[in-house]
Amino acid sequence: MADVTNLRSPAEAGLSKLFETARQSFASDATIAREEAFRFFEATGLPSRRVEAFKYTDLRAAITEAAPPAEAPSLEAAKAAVAQATGFGGIEAARLTFVNGHLVRELSDLDSLPDGVRVVPLNEALTQGDAALKQLAPVPQARENPVYQLNTAFLADGAVIAVAPGAKPDRPVHLRFVGSGAAPFSTATRVLVQIGEEADFALLESHEGPDGLTCQPNDALDVVVGPRAAFRHTRLNKEGDATIALSTLSLKVEAEGQVETVNLVTGAVLSRHQIYVHVAGDDTNVVVNGAAMLRNGQLADSTLLADHAAVGGVGREQFKWIIDGDATGVFQGKIIVRQVAQKTDGKMKSDCLLLTDEGQMMNKPELEIFADDVACGHGATCGAPDPDLLFYLMARGLPRPVAESLLVQAFVGEAVESVTHEGARAALIGEIEAWLRARG
Amino acid sequence: MLEIKNLVVQIEDNRILNGLNLTVNDGEVAAIMGPNGSGKSTLSYVIAGKEDYEVLDGEILLDGQNVLEMAADERAAAGIFLAFQYPLEIPGVGTMTFLKACLNAQRKARGEAELSTPDFIRAVNGAADKLEINKEMLKRALNVGFSGGEKKRMEILQMALLQPKFCVLDETDSGLDIDALRIVSEGVNALRDQGRSFLVITHYQRLLNHIVPDTVHVMSKGQIVKTGGKELALELEASGYAEYRTSEAA
Repeated sequence: MADVTNLRSPAEAGLSKLFETARQSFASDATIAREEAFRFFEATGLPSRRVEAFKYTDLRAAITEAAPPAEAPSLEAAKAAVAQATGFGGIEAARLTFVNGHLVRELSDLDSLPDGVRVVPLNEALTQGDAALKQLAPVPQARENPVYQLNTAFLADGAVIAVAPGAKPDRPVHLRFVGSGAAPFSTATRVLVQIGEEADFALLESHEGPDGLTCQPNDALDVVVGPRAAFRHTRLNKEGDATIALSTLSLKVEAEGQVETVNLVTGAVLSRHQIYVHVAGDDTNVVVNGAAMLRNGQLADSTLLADHAAVGGVGREQFKWIIDGDATGVFQGKIIVRQVAQKTDGKMKSDCLLLTDEGQMMNKPELEIFADDVACGHGATCGAPDPDLLFYLMARGLPRPVAESLLVQAFVGEAVESVTHEGARAALIGEIEAWLRARG
Repeated sequence: MLEIKNLVVQIEDNRILNGLNLTVNDGEVAAIMGPNGSGKSTLSYVIAGKEDYEVLDGEILLDGQNVLEMAADERAAAGIFLAFQYPLEIPGVGTMTFLKACLNAQRKARGEAELSTPDFIRAVNGAADKLEINKEMLKRALNVGFSGGEKKRMEILQMALLQPKFCVLDETDSGLDIDALRIVSEGVNALRDQGRSFLVITHYQRLLNHIVPDTVHVMSKGQIVKTGGKELALELEASGYAEYRTSEAA
């Protein structure tokens, strides 16, 4: 039988060309296996619907042109872009500002970090051979993902954040990603967070840019949560309406580690947030929540893999979707419980509220259990707002749009309630309210 | 106050109300009693504006205005209040948030200024005290985790706060113990005045010992088949609904 050769799409051919050009400018370091990563990507290509993991989010069809890596912006341009950014704005935090995927030191608080937190720009860390870099790409399965490998191949900037053992910083670190400009561009950032034993660290992450900006950010966050440490992560995607936003969170959780990660998506024409959780130590507690509020033309994908490879891990994953207009939501969640991971307690749920007949929701929850003493479950629901609840609210005087908004807010609110940082929680609720106001 | 003329209602081709006529005067407390399936709850939903029902004929006039043309929220703003037989739980919606939103929505619809937060809290606390509602309940999501009695008390709290002019109580006594029945009834009685009328739907006479009606109507097969004073409730308690069931069968 003749071999079948897939024709490369213009975007794939363009990415190869861009990699050839960029190769010369990359620092010659062995820490980042760019060549290997790009070879992997070239072999897989941009994933299409023929690839199970991308069945509902066809990147080959969505990315028609390879956007060149963004140049570092001038300080003036960066300042102008940041002036428009509002995500987590009112919260007292140490900010690391990235404009078009480049760390802007002048707009970052590198010199006034909370006690116990060390931040090294990624390029410096690579030059100095920072020991923390050994922790890059802490989840093996992420290294088999073409989006993550594309990030590795084109990695341009980022940071290493190390939280000292026992440290309890008095304020969070805020990764503020802002996009601006006229021409199409792509970005590839990587932030590595290493949380020492018994430390308690809060990280905010916002991604935003103006409507009409055709950019393709590909951001990766690698996190290693040390023994008895806590990681509290609140993420907001309010990218502009022409942005294709790809992101990967890879989490390795050691014994008795605690994780709370909550992602709210209101922006981007297409977004895919990939979450890899590797439960490496016993008796961990991991909460992974997500909420997406989507309008006409948007597609948001949350893809989760929780791999329990240790005893007694508790996992709670809750995703909420509001689909308006002809928007599409995609949830793919997989819990793996390895034979060693006895007493695992995992619950995964994805609930969708469809506000129109034209919206779509794709739910694909999976469990793969090899241990025999576990309590795991998953569920998915999809439906219109409950007419009885609407009537109850209307019978008390609330006009239909107000009643519907109240129900939507309550529905989505369940996913953001778990945010322990009060300011971050209020900020997400504010974004939810703003979305509802804009809907009218 | 409220006049219902020849009301004919069906749901999914199933005729429930068959030319019902009823008048409730200003300040009057009218009770409706009747066997299961006679259409009592349907009547309450149709008055409040639930959309599942198809009104084939008739009018419901509130102070001369036909409310059938109005959406449920407009009817509420016009002064109609339905105390639900089974109040719904709404997870994620705080009780105080809900109360304030309802109160201000009605005020806005009537062209009145919104109530300030201190005034609102004062009003809620005052009403809650009278109904022996624990303040902790007000901090929770609406009706979530409330007992049956607590939910009914919350309905009356809403009624006290919203000050409607026509109140429909749909089997408010169901699921109440003796003490809760007394508290709820006292709450209702405190709201009785010349400018406010009540339609009290119940199966049992015991509620009418507490909320003493001016008139009692018997409903059967979607119509009012008998009307009398409060003594009619006592007769029904003694004789049951057999007579009306027979007339249905006939």
